[in-house]
Amino acid sequence: MTRVVTALVVGALLGSLDGLTAWFTPEVRPMLAGIVVGSTIKGLIAGLLIGFFARKVNRMGPTLVFGTIVGALLALVIALMQHGHYLEILLPGTLVGVLTGYATMRYGRAPAPAPAPLARPSGAS
Amino acid sequence: MTALDDLAVERLQRVLREPDLEGTGYRLVGLLGRGGMGSVYEVEESALQRRLALKILDLPGEDAEQRLRREAEVLATLEHPGVVPIHAVGTLVDGRTFYAMKRVVGTRLDAASVRTLTLAERLRIFLKLAETVAFAHARGIVHRDLKPQNVMLGPFGEVLVLDWGLAKRVGVREGPAGHGVTGQPGDTAPGAALGTPGYMAPEQAAGAPGADDPRADVYSLGALLQFLLRGAGSGEDLPAPLGAIAARAMAQAPGDRYPEVAALAADVERHLAGEAVSVLPEGPWRWTVRQARRHRVALALLLTYAVVRVLLFLVRRT
Repeated sequence: MTRVVTALVVGALLGSLDGLTAWFTPEVRPMLAGIVVGSTIKGLIAGLLIGFFARKVNRMGPTLVFGTIVGALLALVIALMQHGHYLEILLPGTLVGVLTGYATMRYGRAPAPAPAPLARPSGAS
Repeated sequence: MTALDDLAVERLQRVLREPDLEGTGYRLVGLLGRGGMGSVYEVEESALQRRLALKILDLPGEDAEQRLRREAEVLATLEHPGVVPIHAVGTLVDGRTFYAMKRVVGTRLDAASVRTLTLAERLRIFLKLAETVAFAHARGIVHRDLKPQNVMLGPFGEVLVLDWGLAKRVGVREGPAGHGVTGQPGDTAPGAALGTPGYMAPEQAAGAPGADDPRADVYSLGALLQFLLRGAGSGEDLPAPLGAIAARAMAQAPGDRYPEVAALAADVERHLAGEAVSVLPEGPWRWTVRQARRHRVALALLLTYAVVRVLLFLVRRT
């Protein structure tokens, strides 16, 4: 799988799992389906951003940092929309970003190197 | 005799030992080393103003000359980054045969501090070595004297296989020189010596038919793998898959070894990639341990996530 596809799959998978953990919080259990869908979409967005970043940069360190930032920012947006549960949303959301970044670089296929330009014989116009 | 006289005699002997390079186009720079068959000198090629190495027979002789010329032919056949390129072959005014090759800079494997390298770095050295030997086999040449002393590590990660003096074209009958081993481990002498104890396949030591089979090199590569992993004289245990690979490569019977160097290298590559090796049957436990090791970072991150989730859940409940 390419970096982008890997990031999308991992992001969606971890996002949905992250959403499912809401089941352990009884007061939000009635809204579980909405939370799972929202969390999956958040994971897909994070995966898309991280995947394109990983494809462009092609280095583990920067991708991990980018994944952390994207995971934290998206989680912050969700927490602001919820007007609460900051810690419960921010901390795992950030970790999902880190995991997506790592999995993208570790398991995604690196882009093929660009072919070297052909040398032009000296004197050729 | 006084100390001064001793020095004078020593200097005289050294001058007498120096080869006369008149008419060769080379200017002597210095001695690089002595082997069983000849000496290697650093020279400067006058025409191109470049430094080369010149291997010169110590004494003229039909057997040794044949062997040196055969080595030169082998080197000329093997155009590969792992083999020192040869430039010319010729005869000195005193009748001794020589050949000129690239002057390589580096450290011999037996003198290198392999123990300071990581396991992966050592295995990559081994793979480069195996690639060169596999290339030679593909050209029908068996080295027959692979050992740490005949491997040079360059400053830019080059791995060179040296001393092809005992190499043989598969299917070509041996010359007048017989078979046998040198008295000192690590020493390769002309004529009588066709291998080095500790690195030589049993059939080579016994002079059995088929001793020039490429699987003799597979045995030596197994011994070199052990050397690379343990370092000289260490009793450190090998990782089980690598131990199994070395054991298969060093099987007593050629038929029990890897059939070719490529198969041996493929198993080492599998181990490097965290995959199962062909010579070690893997039960569920070993499979689980290998997978856990291979994906340890991802597992650690998932575990961290799970722990954070549980902690948050507990905090909320209290």
